[in-house]
Amino acid sequence: MADSNTHIVLKTEDLSIGYRSKKDTTVIASNINIALQKGELVGLIGANGIGKSTLLRSLTNVQPKLSGGISINDKALESHSNLELAKVLSLVLTEKLASKNLTVFELVALGRQPYTNWIGSFSNEDIHMINTALKQINIENLKDKKCFELSDGQLQKVMIARALAQDTDLIILDEPTTHLDMYHKAYILKLLQKLAKDTQKTILFSSHEIDLAIQLCDKLIVMTHDTVVSDEPCNLISKGTFDSLFPKDLIAFDANTGTFKVKK
Amino acid sequence: MQNTKRYQLIFLALILLLVLCFFVNISLGSISIPNAEIIQTIFGTSKNISWHHIIIDYRIPKAFTAIIVGSGLGISGLMMQTLFRNPLAGPFVLGITSGASLGVAIVTMGTSLFGGLLLGVLASKWTLVMAATLGSFLVLLTVLIVSTRVRDAMAILIIGLMFGSISGAVVNVLSYFSSAEELQQYFFWGFGSLGNLSWNELLILFVLYALGILLSLGAIKSLNSLLLGENYAKSLGLDIKKSRLLIITSTSLLAGTITAFAGPIAFIGLAIPHITRQVFSTSNHKILLPAVFLFGAIIMLICDSIAQLPSSDYTLPINAITSLIGAPVVIWLLVRKRKMMF
Repeated sequence: MADSNTHIVLKTEDLSIGYRSKKDTTVIASNINIALQKGELVGLIGANGIGKSTLLRSLTNVQPKLSGGISINDKALESHSNLELAKVLSLVLTEKLASKNLTVFELVALGRQPYTNWIGSFSNEDIHMINTALKQINIENLKDKKCFELSDGQLQKVMIARALAQDTDLIILDEPTTHLDMYHKAYILKLLQKLAKDTQKTILFSSHEIDLAIQLCDKLIVMTHDTVVSDEPCNLISKGTFDSLFPKDLIAFDANTGTFKVKK
Repeated sequence: MQNTKRYQLIFLALILLLVLCFFVNISLGSISIPNAEIIQTIFGTSKNISWHHIIIDYRIPKAFTAIIVGSGLGISGLMMQTLFRNPLAGPFVLGITSGASLGVAIVTMGTSLFGGLLLGVLASKWTLVMAATLGSFLVLLTVLIVSTRVRDAMAILIIGLMFGSISGAVVNVLSYFSSAEELQQYFFWGFGSLGNLSWNELLILFVLYALGILLSLGAIKSLNSLLLGENYAKSLGLDIKKSRLLIITSTSLLAGTITAFAGPIAFIGLAIPHITRQVFSTSNHKILLPAVFLFGAIIMLICDSIAQLPSSDYTLPINAITSLIGAPVVIWLLVRKRKMMF
């Protein structure tokens, strides 16, 4: 057990991210050293514009990194082909679906594409994985509904089920709780926690729900202007990392409750 | 699943309807031929030589052309709508028709510019086909080259539209300097026509069409993942540029050759995918693609039957009929379901 828990799924070494154009290079963040282990739920937090999305885009090979190394399961990210990457990394993005006219089953089934043949026909194993994913997220009753009939919260669950059906070691979610009410924010993050534990997948998500993330995550990656730190939430609190998260004029971190309070 | 059963029933009904439309189509025309004679002709037992000639060399090739045109344009329209995630896209957004029109315009109207020496050679039908093919091919090649350089599919859409504007402008300039006769020839091409193909020409059309259809089958899986958006599709292991190339090549083969042989048939490519989505209420291309094939073929056969104005000597331009029949159908479906399926 101890052995499987120390398996590192995602690792970065001296990673530097940003944008490179012909004329100059804009560094968003550098010196990023993180290691995510199997079965961990990891939250990525930071202020708006600090580079969370850039980091996620670099980690998912959507955008080239500037320097340093990213490896998934000890293999460099850039040496994965599209298809190989699709078998180790699945995504839940903030972008809207182009078509909501698929049924929930069809949409979750798309997660099996990396494994199906040229025309996309399903084997028994594919069907089994799809049904398991639907069951794990508890949305079997929605199976035959069309996506346009769903609420935002339901749709987010369906997208998570799709990522599960893709059967990857690592799932990365970009702000999975935006547009959701307080209950559903907690529900989705709690669900992610349970999934990480039950399926032993590594789940990384970016979020602005700092208090929820502190309560639920095994590890947090905190992006501030100067550094990117990753540690367990309680260690981060005692180190006072959250104090430097935002400008200090309006809100302050209360270490006792683990939440931010507006200054009187 | 109940859906599968429903789909099977609709498919069966559509296939029967297609066969029915095919026979209705060849039984109608300016000369009325008894139905019994038609069946005898098909099985080679008829003795009336002129009827035999009308049916075998004119009506049957025309019916096959209608099937090819309807299904081919429908499928390429479907692929374009999914690729660009835009319900307004059709087979011609990549500038295929404009390229073909430009080619034909140069042949029909450019003669006065290039001197009259080519007039006799250029007026034949084959030159029109060649000009249209060459025109659409050149425009497409340009769009293809540009498309490998841009990251956003929407940019390709705009680029295709811009090429359309350029060739439209060139056609305008040409027509300004043309004689009435040349203008007429160009406009007749623009009406579209299904009935001019011999068996040999039909064979060439069919081979290119079949190639386009094969490629489109290979694109079904990518089309389905593109329904999620390009980033998701990429995360599912899809090579976006490769599938984009596959889809565009298939569309150009289908729409390009069809336009070259039958003229710019309007509307079908835009309307058929919408009609199909409304009837089947799905976006799954494994169902949509064959369904669009059937719908396209059926509706084109019906349009052609109407364009014949049965038992009169007139034939209406097919391009007018497709819109006259197709537009109300799309409006009716949208109003009835109150929701656009996409």
